[in-house]
Amino acid sequence: MTLLAFMILAALAVSGFLLNRSAALAIQAGGTRTHSLAYFHGLYALLSVLVPVFVVICVYLVLKTPVINGMVIGGLPDGVLDDMSAGQVDLVLATIQSITRGQTFGTPPDWQLAAAERLTSLYAGADLLMVVVVAALSAVILFFVRRQVAAEFRARQAAERIVHGLMVACSLVAILTTVGIVFALVYEAYRFFEMVPVMDFLFGTRWEPQIPIRADQVAAVGAFGWLPVILGTVVIGTVAMLIATPIGLLTAIYLNEFAPKSVRAVVKPVLEILSGVPTVVYGFFAILVVAPALRGTGADLGIAVSSNTALAAGGVMGIMLIPFISSFADDALTAVPRSLRDGSLALGATRGETMLKVLFPAAIPGIVGGILLAVSRAIGETMIVVMAAGLIARMTINPLDSVTTVTVQIVTLLIGDTAFDNPKTLAAFALGLMLFILTLGINILALRIVRKYREIYD
Amino acid sequence: MNDMRLTERGVETKQIKMKARGVEVFYGDTHAIKSVDVDIEDHTVTAFIGPSGCGKSTFLRCLNRMNDTIDICRVTGDIHLDGEDIYDPRIDPVQLRAKVGMVFQKPNPFPKSIYDNVAYGPKIHGLARTKAELDEIVEKSLRRAAIWNEVKDRLDAPGTGLSGGQQQRLCIARAVATGPEVLLMDEPCSALDPIATAQVEELIDELRQSYSVVIVTHSMQQAARVSQKTAFFHLGTLVEFGETSKIFTNPEDPRTESYITGRIG
Repeated sequence: MTLLAFMILAALAVSGFLLNRSAALAIQAGGTRTHSLAYFHGLYALLSVLVPVFVVICVYLVLKTPVINGMVIGGLPDGVLDDMSAGQVDLVLATIQSITRGQTFGTPPDWQLAAAERLTSLYAGADLLMVVVVAALSAVILFFVRRQVAAEFRARQAAERIVHGLMVACSLVAILTTVGIVFALVYEAYRFFEMVPVMDFLFGTRWEPQIPIRADQVAAVGAFGWLPVILGTVVIGTVAMLIATPIGLLTAIYLNEFAPKSVRAVVKPVLEILSGVPTVVYGFFAILVVAPALRGTGADLGIAVSSNTALAAGGVMGIMLIPFISSFADDALTAVPRSLRDGSLALGATRGETMLKVLFPAAIPGIVGGILLAVSRAIGETMIVVMAAGLIARMTINPLDSVTTVTVQIVTLLIGDTAFDNPKTLAAFALGLMLFILTLGINILALRIVRKYREIYD
Repeated sequence: MNDMRLTERGVETKQIKMKARGVEVFYGDTHAIKSVDVDIEDHTVTAFIGPSGCGKSTFLRCLNRMNDTIDICRVTGDIHLDGEDIYDPRIDPVQLRAKVGMVFQKPNPFPKSIYDNVAYGPKIHGLARTKAELDEIVEKSLRRAAIWNEVKDRLDAPGTGLSGGQQQRLCIARAVATGPEVLLMDEPCSALDPIATAQVEELIDELRQSYSVVIVTHSMQQAARVSQKTAFFHLGTLVEFGETSKIFTNPEDPRTESYITGRIG
């Protein structure tokens, strides 16, 4: 039925386009100059029909289920819902819905059968009503729009206004979604901090989120100090950046200034492919290749290396970040005007001196911006550390130890059966909020530096 | 401005600083310069004139091997500096460029302080052993570029903050600081206003005392004002080369005359 509605809408919108265009052409054929081209008259009609009716269909699709459910529940005979909690009412509704699909357990009571029948008929009626409304609304808009066609009607401006509105709406989608996510994070984190004091969370040095779910379960009491967790993130991030920054920068410098064209033509696309490798594949690499190799080397040297080391996870993450940093630095170096390079070379500087003393300093703000963006990626990276880092939170900065990260803890907290009324689950939101604040801060700093750098040459 | 004074210039023979014989330049398959012979004299301003795309800038860039930095560019023929072939494999282009300085069309100060801009060359070539020596070189170079009085109180200010004319004189100071013997100038005034242009032209005339100056220019008035020798390029060939007074008053080649009088170009 929804498909039918969309087809009717499309047909009427297209006919609106053709009608208005031919009307405008007819005016032109009569010797009068129209303000807008005939094409814009058609476009105006198309958009005028399409946009509002499309919105109506979307609203219908969103509201259909809750409204009909409400009507069915409201129409149940008196007394059956007495003394029921919200969860139990949902259960009744689910039972009724499964009856409409023909799935019954035993013989349902008559009132449930009646409600199921009512549900089915409501759905059918609603769809039919929607199709009729769509057709009628499109036709009415078409009629009014057709009457607007006149020589002096500014169809182009009108159509442009609608397109402008559409663009604003599209850009709002991303912003509103972000706002919604932040709101959800803050709300759930607030509920967490109602159960666990903020100070315990921010300055606690023990992270043991395994709390008893049932009253009789034997488990730890639970401790929610995030310091060991964020310390793990910092250790792994540091290892990653220590590997990615020098290698990425030297790669960029080589590609930008010293590499022959043929090398650049090969290496650059390969680096881009590297940045397209899914992080889960890097995770394999870390856990199956790097970690055993480190452990073996450690054993040979007589050093105790745990099997999930920060070094393995951070090292592989660093490799993941190399193309990110090198392409950012390459762009920054390329943005330095050629005249500066020529100026330096003409003074008898070597290419190395030119790079070191002129190009690199000039590009440094852009490079720093890129490195900071890489840092915020390292902090937020999940898959590699879930696979290669450990689960136990420890206050250690030894990269050969097993550490855990904020993202790993969020994943483990939310895996399996989760109840949204205990601090274990809600702790994930608190961690998520802290992570969000951290990366947001770094990103803002990075963007500021990058923007400042743009002002140097213009 | 006073174009009449060129006739008063004495015709004296000076020592030849740079000598080019049979120079050919190719950009990929394009034959940009065809068999050019030029003698650049010491303590002389030599002007290269000609219509756009005639190869005068390309030829200028051969004189300090800046064309080496362009991958597809190939240079053949002989260019000698003080009798030494600058395209000889034993010659290091880096050292050559310290001797043959260059000033570009658009002022291109580094995004560093005025002091560091000028000190850049002396530092990389190790011309100063102490800070005092470096200070002296910087001051001397800035004075020579006639910009010292304008910037002496703000040597730590960024060079990019100066006006266009000041930036160009800063670039000249920067080129002078490495102690070159030849100064190449690629349309040094084309991005400047008339007042800044006059200042730079005056400066070029003074620089002639110490250096051999080669200037590429689009403006024939400028060539007539500042140069003693003029070379006219057309379609990659050197059409005519001689005393500036002669080129502008009594050219031998009809193409030169057409260009001077504004019929081609």
